[in-house]
Amino acid sequence: MICAAKFLLAAFGVIVAVWGAPVHSIEIQKVVSPKGIVAWLVEDHANPIINVKFAFRGGAALDPMGKEGLANLVASTLDEGAGNMDSQAFQQELEDLSISLSFRADLDSFSGSVRTLTRNHDRAFELLRLAKTQPRFDEEAVERIRSQILAGIRRSSEDPRRIAGRTLIKTLFPDHPYGRPSRGTAESVPVIKLVDLKLFVAQRLAKDNLVIGVVGDITPAALGKLLDATFGSLPAKASPWTLDEAKTNSGNRTIVIDKPIPQTVIRFGQAGIKRDDPDFFPAYVMNYVLGGGGFESRLYEEVREKRGLAYSAFSYLSPFNHAGLIMGGAGTANARVAETVKILKDEWRRMSDQGLSAEELKDAKTYLTGSYPLRFSSSGRIASMLTGIQLERLGIDYINKRNSFIQEVSLDDVNRVAKKLLDPDNLTLVVVGKPDGITSQGQ
Amino acid sequence: MKRYLSVIMSILAISVVLGSGKMYAAQAAVFNPETFTLANGMQVVVISNHRAPIVTHMVWYKVGSADEPNGKTGVAHFLEHLMFKATKNLKSGEFSKIVAQNGGRDNAFTSFDYTGYHQTVAVDRLEVVMKIEADRMRNLIIDPKEVEPERQVVREERRTRTDNTPGGKLREQVNAAMFLNYPYRNPIIGWDHEIQEITVKDLRDFYDTYYWPNNAVLVVAGDITAAKLKPLAEKYYGGIPAGTIPPRIRPEEPPHNAARTVTLRDRRVRQPSWRRAFLAPSRVSGAKEHSYPLEVMSQIFGGGATSRLYKSLVIEQKIALSAGAFYDADNLGPSRLVIFVSPRPEIRMDQIEEAVEAEIRKLKQDGVTADELQRAKTSMQADAIYARDSMGAGARVLGAALASGQTIEDVESWPDRIGDVTAGQIKAAAQAVLITKNSVTGRLLSDRPQPTRQPTRQPKRGG
Repeated sequence: MICAAKFLLAAFGVIVAVWGAPVHSIEIQKVVSPKGIVAWLVEDHANPIINVKFAFRGGAALDPMGKEGLANLVASTLDEGAGNMDSQAFQQELEDLSISLSFRADLDSFSGSVRTLTRNHDRAFELLRLAKTQPRFDEEAVERIRSQILAGIRRSSEDPRRIAGRTLIKTLFPDHPYGRPSRGTAESVPVIKLVDLKLFVAQRLAKDNLVIGVVGDITPAALGKLLDATFGSLPAKASPWTLDEAKTNSGNRTIVIDKPIPQTVIRFGQAGIKRDDPDFFPAYVMNYVLGGGGFESRLYEEVREKRGLAYSAFSYLSPFNHAGLIMGGAGTANARVAETVKILKDEWRRMSDQGLSAEELKDAKTYLTGSYPLRFSSSGRIASMLTGIQLERLGIDYINKRNSFIQEVSLDDVNRVAKKLLDPDNLTLVVVGKPDGITSQGQ
Repeated sequence: MKRYLSVIMSILAISVVLGSGKMYAAQAAVFNPETFTLANGMQVVVISNHRAPIVTHMVWYKVGSADEPNGKTGVAHFLEHLMFKATKNLKSGEFSKIVAQNGGRDNAFTSFDYTGYHQTVAVDRLEVVMKIEADRMRNLIIDPKEVEPERQVVREERRTRTDNTPGGKLREQVNAAMFLNYPYRNPIIGWDHEIQEITVKDLRDFYDTYYWPNNAVLVVAGDITAAKLKPLAEKYYGGIPAGTIPPRIRPEEPPHNAARTVTLRDRRVRQPSWRRAFLAPSRVSGAKEHSYPLEVMSQIFGGGATSRLYKSLVIEQKIALSAGAFYDADNLGPSRLVIFVSPRPEIRMDQIEEAVEAEIRKLKQDGVTADELQRAKTSMQADAIYARDSMGAGARVLGAALASGQTIEDVESWPDRIGDVTAGQIKAAAQAVLITKNSVTGRLLSDRPQPTRQPTRQPKRGG
């Protein structure tokens, strides 16, 4: 440390440690169409490209019991034919006009993305409208996509990382839809009916649960008209839904799943924090130091750098609308699993007991604020951020305020949250492989 | 459907942390770069993109796993890991710490033909990363105490990528069967028994042979111009003396006289897969006149949900869940054109093989239609426009091209070269490349017995 400081000071004078600079080149306009549809727009005429991202609140967690994977099947088939175009005609037109159109289902939202060259944007928005409002769900296309999804489920059924991750989530959310795989299961995907797909579109895709982010070569006036043409025919309201708050079944347990592989996959987790929790930012900063900070985190340092135990060792916050988790993982040779697990738990305890040092907090803030502008590296990424900020209801000025939220985190905050959040005696571990010296324990 | 393609393309290169790789399936665009060369021979490329006040700074060394000495596979990648350890001026791990303290991100990657190091930072921190990147070009300390734990990290990386998955193991074996003599036959990460034997001297020799400014390309993309970068490049990299770089002579691939089939059976395989790789020229190696036609051909033949393979095997014959093809023109040495299929569960591999071969015969006999050709060109040229949007894309495409024997002109004229491709050239390329004896077929199977045409319907009679 000292050696580096000297080296740099000699070259550059003092390194400015505090970052207050907002992302000044991003200007978000709120566009309200004649019919009242709202989109956030960042105009950017540097390239003849338009990126549209949109999302409907309510996602795969709302899939009916026994029909897990419904939202995902809809997302995978909406671009397989619409209006008077069958799957091949629809895909061919996307290809010919170089338009990317896709949908995806997450637990709390159903989202979509369109990328088009400016010269084809009228047709791109029209294809999007058709996909959302007049999807065909032809039997051939639905069965083809269904079989692709089932193949993916089969393929990952023996993937140790997937097995560990699924087992962990299911254990932490035994009684809540968050514990179910959003892609569905080998049992649930085959029983989803055409009528379920149609009902999903009719009930879930509406104006009152919609947010839109647009970046690229388009003016607010032109966008306003397109918004009406594209989204105006959606129903005013989505079907009402309720989703219970999820109770996280944290617990001190180790689940060993025997697989004949040379490297054991380790995943672990417990109750975390939601995005709208006032302690979210202290938790975010704490996690950066614990295991979120790439090459700089404690887990990386202790597990990989000092001991060469694993290629990766990490932790992350996983905030949902109705629950939050803090999770992590590592992968190590079967013979070294016990040692790795001990270090992971020790680090969990050290962070809980002692928190961060003032210097770690300072370094974390410097990185987290300084690196924020790096997220604005393509129009697609910016459009996704516009949508995400709206889904989380963070406000149109969030991008300019976000770094101050990080700066305001005090050492007391972060250490209080570390103690509250991290419970080394209630950590659930899933290990998949042939680990030496580790057996299942706990309920 | 394009998502399948990108997954497959990304297996060719490996990096310090998971992810990254040979980054672009879609080829270059018109990036309008500026370029100059320092007195010590280091080429510098600048791609201006003023969307945000940030820059990506990359140093590409023209050395990769295919340049390793015999019996030392993995040394290029192992060295890449050690580049994050101590130098004469920095303690171990300090490099990444400084980048993080300046709000930046950093990583590195190793491929067959090049090794790259990169950071993305706010433009006012560019000098910080230039100074430390220039420092580790010649000042690395390879400390045996650092080498041993890192060797274990590399072996864990190998287990994660290859040894823990049946698909990873098969890919490695197919690749080894594909190239009979060319060093692409060895995995980039190295064979485990050789990783275990790499010495400090091996690493040191490799570093001292190849890590010199005249064997490197500096690429900076983002909120910067060549006029602004030039004095900085001269200040930080210009003072490093040029080295003597051995010529890049690689063993040549002999004629292939027999088709090979590699089969991996594992009880963990729940979804079988089939692939066939054909030895192919690249932009700079072999019958290179075929490289642009092959790019257009692979788009028509196997690029996405409207391609011939997908239409025929997935939609019409309903024997496959997915099917496609890809070809990478950017190797310094010979390349491959790869066809991949996920069969439906009840379908036997030889049915897949017959169907693919029928499509190949059609392509070699009849070529492609004018309509197919035009559609593929339009779509590929649009990809070039999209590539301009992302800040990193230009840096990666240009860096990879320059580090593997191509020129800026090759990259910049790519849309035009694609536009020039004729149906006749595609037919000639198909006939020259899609030759069975030049191929390796890889089959990933469950070790349970293969289903027959009518699997369980037939009730057994008698005993």
